[in-house]
Amino acid sequence: MMKQLFPKQHVMGFMFSLVLSVVALSVLTFDMSYKMGMAILIVTAIAQASVQLLLFMHIGESEDKKTLYTNIIYALFVGVVTILGTLLTMIWGYQ
Amino acid sequence: MKWDEFFVFTGDPMLFAAMISIIVGAISIVVGLTYFKKWAYLWREWLTTVDHKKIGVMYILVALIMLFRGGVDALLMRGQTAMPENGLLNAQHYNEIFTTHGVIMILFMAMPFIIGLMNVIIPLQIGARDVAFPRLNSVSFWLFAAGAGLFNISFIIGGSPDAGWSAYFPLASLEFSPTVGNNYYALSLQIAGLGTLMTGINFVVTILKMRAPGMTWMKMPMFTWSVLITNVIIVFAFPVLTVALALMTMDRQFGTKFFAMQDGGMDMLWANLFWVWGHPEVYIVILPAFGIFSEIISTFARKNLYGYKSMVVSMVAISLLSFVVWAHHFYTMGHGVMVNSIFSISTMAIAVPTGVKIFNWLLTLHKGKISFTTPMLYSLAFIPIFTIGGVTGVMLAMASADYQYHNTMFLVAHFHYVLIPGTVFAVIAGFHFWFPKVFGFRLNEKLGKLGFWFITISFNVAFFPLFILGLNGMTRRMYTYSESTGYGPLNMLSFIGAVGLGIGFIILVYNIYWSIRYSPRDEDGDPWDARSLEWATHSPVPVYNFARVPKINELDAFWFAKKNNRMLSDDPYEPIHMPSNSGMPFLMSGAFFAAGFCAVFSWWIPAIIFTIAIFVFMALRSFEQDHGYYISVEEIERTERELGGDKK
Repeated sequence: MMKQLFPKQHVMGFMFSLVLSVVALSVLTFDMSYKMGMAILIVTAIAQASVQLLLFMHIGESEDKKTLYTNIIYALFVGVVTILGTLLTMIWGYQ
Repeated sequence: MKWDEFFVFTGDPMLFAAMISIIVGAISIVVGLTYFKKWAYLWREWLTTVDHKKIGVMYILVALIMLFRGGVDALLMRGQTAMPENGLLNAQHYNEIFTTHGVIMILFMAMPFIIGLMNVIIPLQIGARDVAFPRLNSVSFWLFAAGAGLFNISFIIGGSPDAGWSAYFPLASLEFSPTVGNNYYALSLQIAGLGTLMTGINFVVTILKMRAPGMTWMKMPMFTWSVLITNVIIVFAFPVLTVALALMTMDRQFGTKFFAMQDGGMDMLWANLFWVWGHPEVYIVILPAFGIFSEIISTFARKNLYGYKSMVVSMVAISLLSFVVWAHHFYTMGHGVMVNSIFSISTMAIAVPTGVKIFNWLLTLHKGKISFTTPMLYSLAFIPIFTIGGVTGVMLAMASADYQYHNTMFLVAHFHYVLIPGTVFAVIAGFHFWFPKVFGFRLNEKLGKLGFWFITISFNVAFFPLFILGLNGMTRRMYTYSESTGYGPLNMLSFIGAVGLGIGFIILVYNIYWSIRYSPRDEDGDPWDARSLEWATHSPVPVYNFARVPKINELDAFWFAKKNNRMLSDDPYEPIHMPSNSGMPFLMSGAFFAAGFCAVFSWWIPAIIFTIAIFVFMALRSFEQDHGYYISVEEIERTERELGGDKK
């Protein structure tokens, strides 16, 4: 009974996200090259995002795949535009 | 901090009068509620409600109060600039007033007015009994109210923000804005923004999941479509504001350097993030307005909406384009030609879907049997006036020409020419149009039309001169100017228009008062002979909205059911499951307000205590077992009998 009630997924997700945050923080504490640091940050960021989406937001549990994909494509569009656009306006295209 | 820094005692008689009036107002509300023994009623029926209709009414009430506050700011600004070298306001006071005017009008007037109409109408229009998450809806409202309250008290406690509604760095940094004003800005918008984000999620789910059986995508009313797209934009745009405001708070109160000019900070990044949110925000307030006009125009032209599909496609296109144009707000701030060209082109592209919509409305009117009611007058005035705003927008979109117009009164005139006929006319039209649905009687048409003419004519008198002033070189946010500039006469004309606008809004408020007392009560739920589902139930709407869930098989199903004397549903009554009221959202927002207030003054220990209280409320909620309640069949029958039988 207790075993079924225990929110195993959520607790695991919580642990993962804590560990990933600590790993990301290590970039600051340890002296490492820029490339190494960026690599760690990008990997932990992607892992963190998937933990949030899969374990907390239950993506993939819904039957309605069309809505899901539309949503993901729209989110990717907005995300990519914001990030690349900001780089464009603030760095690449700045006089 | 000393007490005289805490309370704003500048000896300014105007501030003093405002302070006194706030105190007198607050005392009279408390005394009135106690005298008429309305505290329990207020708590039971309003503060704890999860009913979407009541939450909508509260949103609109706050929006009207904020319209008044923002309007007084506007009158003071126009009064100050009406004459050269005028001494009505000093520079600091003027800065504070144009900042609060902007923030209040966009975030605490336009947004809540639209969200209020959305709350009242969307569940009715899709044949649902409430929104998807009624308790969350209440949290949204109270967070918004907490944010609005926090922003407004800055005026008497600690000092208002004074770096413009866009709060550009480095001006908004601690170095150049040392008062707590901009802390208020960051924290109050943060709290209100959380509420808006929840509203966004709530309404996306409501529209996706709770439509009446048979209402497929292409059978949704246009207002529902516009609100769906608006809320999708909210969900994707508001996180950017949340992050930007958090960085602002960190910079101002924790000594970080995100937007600093040295130590690797980037001051322009604030402007960039602000407009990444800010431009979609423009469409958040304009798209529902398009939806409202579509409903009103097709209702009073007695025709179905021309080009339904192209309307939907153009709104989806606008929603995508709204995310790729933000840099046009700062063409002159140092980008290269490539960046400016890209954003010029994407901005001009947005005029195409907007133009499609204008032509659709015109063709809906073509050969229609037009009845000139108050909401229809606003909608008809919207088309030409908004087009002036749109065309000047295309002028501003050309990056090279923008170097002439940037930050002049021309820009001020442009965005008032889109926001007022767009959003403000829409919410007033929607207010007149849907008022009988909520309260069971119409606003007086004569007073409504008088208000319309006052508002429309005065609006043009107030803002058209600003185009010319801008081209003559008058910049925005100038608190005064010398006589030799020659700006005096046109500014005076604009001031006269502003006073006229003020009179127009007073007529609007008087109309509400007059109609409550004398307007004949409509027995019918459908006073305008309208088309969509919200008119298929009684006015005022019973708590469960529809006794039977309507079945839909075409666009404007209610209209055709009326025509053919058909019932929308003849199922037997069934017990209706309803959500129960809760005081928790109200109390939790109180904790948010208190935490925000303490954080503004960097009183960290009380701020942390109140933040813990917020988490306690959330924990309590997750252990709460509340499955709502059922309305029995007998009770539905009784209510329906009292309200005059089940409508078609």
